[in-house]
Amino acid sequence: MWADRINGAARRVPVWALWLMGLAPAVWFFYLGMTGGLGAEPVKALEHELGSIALQLVVGGLAVTPLRRHLGVNLMRFRRAIGLLAFTYVSLHLSVWLFLDVQDAARIWADIVKRPFVTVGFAAFLLMIPLMLTSNDLSLRRLGPGWRRLHRLVYPAAVLGAVHFIWLSKGFQIEPLLYLAAILGLLALRLRLPRGLRRA
Amino acid sequence: MANRWKNDLSDRDVTPEAVYMNRRQLIAGAAGLGLVGVGGAARAETLEPNEWEDITSYNNYYEFGTDKGDPARHAHRLTIEPWSVRIDGLVERPGDYAFEDIMAKMVVEERLYRFRCVEAWSMVVPWNGFELADLLKMAGVQGAAKYVAFETVLRRDEMPGVAYPVLDWPYVEGLRMDEAMHPLTIMATGIYGRDIPNQNGAPLRLVVPWKYGFKSIKSVVRITLTDTEPPTSWNKANPREYGFYSNVNPEVDHPRWSQATERRIGGGLFSPRIPTLMFNGYGDEVARLYEGMDLAKHI
Repeated sequence: MWADRINGAARRVPVWALWLMGLAPAVWFFYLGMTGGLGAEPVKALEHELGSIALQLVVGGLAVTPLRRHLGVNLMRFRRAIGLLAFTYVSLHLSVWLFLDVQDAARIWADIVKRPFVTVGFAAFLLMIPLMLTSNDLSLRRLGPGWRRLHRLVYPAAVLGAVHFIWLSKGFQIEPLLYLAAILGLLALRLRLPRGLRRA
Repeated sequence: MANRWKNDLSDRDVTPEAVYMNRRQLIAGAAGLGLVGVGGAARAETLEPNEWEDITSYNNYYEFGTDKGDPARHAHRLTIEPWSVRIDGLVERPGDYAFEDIMAKMVVEERLYRFRCVEAWSMVVPWNGFELADLLKMAGVQGAAKYVAFETVLRRDEMPGVAYPVLDWPYVEGLRMDEAMHPLTIMATGIYGRDIPNQNGAPLRLVVPWKYGFKSIKSVVRITLTDTEPPTSWNKANPREYGFYSNVNPEVDHPRWSQATERRIGGGLFSPRIPTLMFNGYGDEVARLYEGMDLAKHI
């Protein structure tokens, strides 16, 4: 079956390879930004690319469980790396905004408080911090069943991330709505499943 | 007719692209000889025009897509010959004016203007164009006319962006009559002495340098003089964020971001933000148009 074939291939990919692949775009886009490859306004372009990749990784991370449940594709061993990469990209996106875009400490705080799209994006970042801190074997053991409950924070974080993108776009644009649709769809796949089935 | 408004920059400030790199030295030399005032030199220092490449590759022209690079990628599909502008409404001589006939009658000048986008980035553009006032006078302004409405061309087969309802197409804009007749207000037909590229609004577009860039409507096909305030695209899309006036104002923030500072395009990844100037630095020329108006209310 094709799911088994994917599982077989995935087993041969070491997790560090995913990290390497995952971090490569950040290095590449920063290099492009330094060398004029991101066009006339590299700051916004870099910010946008890093934010987009963060959202894509969040969607990817949310897809792991439904893929296994519904299609039998098991990518569980990559999930932590996907999540940590997503956090890394959110942090890079935020750093570019702080240090290259806004540049002014007073204005940064004013923007977080006053601008709803910034507030929402920043809240998503905050929600991801405990997830980053507990994405290790030790925390998994110590927190026990609490770990799963804590990591459901990724659901609101993902929705806030997509809302952040929709909110900052000018006019009616399709792309940000697609992210929200993907995230809500992946969350719905979790909700609809009856409890009995989940244990089977 | 033209040349009513005198640029406070010297002729050297708009020079052919190949020569402008030497301009700093020329100005510095002239200042040293006492030929230009200190103020003029300082202002010229800050008004370094952006490169042709920046001006023509980083555009908002949503009819060709919402990415800044989309207009440069797709606008070549726009047919600009033949072109005519319908001038109607409260004018003495309404009709379709062929682009060539307009150009034959207008005096084209060079105007080095700051260009401030509502998205808080800016450029300095050496436009070539004629004063809108001259075009309106050609059609004959009736006494009852109080506003000027503009419309961008809409061609579904040439503009891939209009397949999406980003805005209510066609793009429309408007000015109050005194704003339209102001000598700073031009219809641009060129940049750096060359024909204006499609992505910048060929063959002719409005430039109102003291207003946010979206007021400077591109590829104009219709100009209608009216006695009521005309609808404008961004105001229709989001009246809370975009007003009819949309004068550059560092003290009135966009609801979603600050307008106090801007990033001058072309400075690279580590370019600092610079303060935004009231009326984009054209307050001496235009502030009187808005005397007694609450500019925080009339955004």
